[in-house]
Amino acid sequence: MPRTKKPDRLKTSLRRAYAERSSYVMIAPFMIAFFVFTVIPVVAAIVLSFTDFNMLQTPNFVGFENYKTLFLNDDVFIIAVKNTLIIALITGPLGYIACFIFAWFINELPTKIRAVMTVIFYAPSISGGVYTIWTYILSGDRYGVVNGILMKLGLLDSPILFLNDTQYMLTCCIIVQLWLSLGTSFLSFLAGFKTVDTTLYEAGAIDGINNRFQEIWFMTLPQMKPQLLFGAVMQISSSFACGAVMQSLCGMPSTDYATHTIINHISDYGGERYELGYACAISTVLLMAMLLVNKVINKVLVED
Amino acid sequence: MKLFHLKKQLNRSHFGNFSVFFMLVVVGIFMGLPLYYTVIQSFKPIEERFIFPPRFYVTNPTGSNYTQLFQLVSDLTVPFSRYLFNSVFVSIASTGVGVLIGAMAAYPFAKKKFPGKNGLWKLVMLTLLFSGGVTALPAYIVKAKLGLINTYWVLILPSLASTLHMFLLRQFMLQIPDSLLDAAKIDGATDMRIFLSIVLPNVKPAWMTVMVLSFTHVWNTGSVGVIFKEELKLLPTALSQISGGGVISRSGAASAAGVLLMIPPILSFILTQSKMLQTMAHSGIKD
Repeated sequence: MPRTKKPDRLKTSLRRAYAERSSYVMIAPFMIAFFVFTVIPVVAAIVLSFTDFNMLQTPNFVGFENYKTLFLNDDVFIIAVKNTLIIALITGPLGYIACFIFAWFINELPTKIRAVMTVIFYAPSISGGVYTIWTYILSGDRYGVVNGILMKLGLLDSPILFLNDTQYMLTCCIIVQLWLSLGTSFLSFLAGFKTVDTTLYEAGAIDGINNRFQEIWFMTLPQMKPQLLFGAVMQISSSFACGAVMQSLCGMPSTDYATHTIINHISDYGGERYELGYACAISTVLLMAMLLVNKVINKVLVED
Repeated sequence: MKLFHLKKQLNRSHFGNFSVFFMLVVVGIFMGLPLYYTVIQSFKPIEERFIFPPRFYVTNPTGSNYTQLFQLVSDLTVPFSRYLFNSVFVSIASTGVGVLIGAMAAYPFAKKKFPGKNGLWKLVMLTLLFSGGVTALPAYIVKAKLGLINTYWVLILPSLASTLHMFLLRQFMLQIPDSLLDAAKIDGATDMRIFLSIVLPNVKPAWMTVMVLSFTHVWNTGSVGVIFKEELKLLPTALSQISGGGVISRSGAASAAGVLLMIPPILSFILTQSKMLQTMAHSGIKD
């Protein structure tokens, strides 16, 4: 029985596909570029992570050797994982909450001020390499803004090496990363607030909602779930991919690897040492971690 | 009048309003000050850049940092105009073609039913997570194996397939009424025709947004790591490499470069802010 049914199913499916051929033609250019530059690299990273690939010679299959070295013999990787987790666990949720709270506050302003405030809050995340100004702000001599002010106020006798002293480095990077974190999710939340059905608020007021916190918790949040999910994806994506800021503020390698992240570790092995198989193993671990976190957050937000 | 008053004050106390305003001002200063400081630094003469305590204003503003920057750039073997051309060419090619390709793919995903659609869409949504440079290394390997390194192609092709942009376009297209499309179909219009004459004009805010996002991305990414030939580098990369390195004598030029580099993305956001917010209103992921 199933033998006759299967080709039948295939046939109708093919017929439907043929009838919709214009759809395939339309998605083709995007899909080709998407597969070549996004899907194939991810698959390639996973495959190459089991080899000793170095770009020049034919790769040899080495099994789990790269992963073994990574987790058992690479102390710097463990530091990088620790730093990435600290940064991601702080800047991810904090950035996410900041995006939401400031979108909420800004939404309450009169139109013109709202437009100006939106630009001020959103500008850092789109101004590219301008974050390098923080090297001057946090500069370790008395001409650095923070040191200069603290010394002028008499709170410090000598300047602090913010970007070289392991005691302060990670905190500084987290602050700069937070400064950059009001990006796409912030815009999405801001737009989400504008679409919320405000007539509900009056009904809510009658039902006993009497302050802005109850209003946001009981009435606004449930309506904004789609934006919240989207924002979570964006925030995970940017907080785990941190590395550029650390490299430009604290150098590479940073003092005692104090701000070395997984992304820095990848570019160390991939870009400097050309141990690409090993670098691909690091990439694979990072990708898997991000997928896992995304899955967990999706569960929390959807079931809530 | 009374109703209006009630509506405005609903669930809002004066104390609350004041606290909100206060917080916005404090955090607004934190957000804006570094950018403001970049601008101020770029107009400071060298003797004002290194005084204690650091100042947030200029006494004798000068354009010398900008002239020094242009001096440095024009002293290079590659003329300034070449960098400018590279940037303009790559931006136009990748935003123009990128938006067209993205929108063309977004339409079937929003409005058509075809075998394989759900699977492909799930894949697209999954990779939305990987937009932050996590795949940079394996993507570099692919680019190198395709022989794209040191060509214009490596700057244009990868940016054509931004899942985020396609996603935003698709979400916006979802709200075009089906009746509009059906009517055109009954009149015998092909899908391509419907896309060009009905869908595209109806999602103008979305493609304008995607154009700005795409331009900002191209502008900010530059050509670091994929272009090693001087004559193919993009302007932002050239500007930052010439002023970088933390050399004191060039720190003014570096601030000048910073200011010039942040103007295009911020300006394009200011000009399209309302369109961007309109688009982002549909950015939600429905489970």
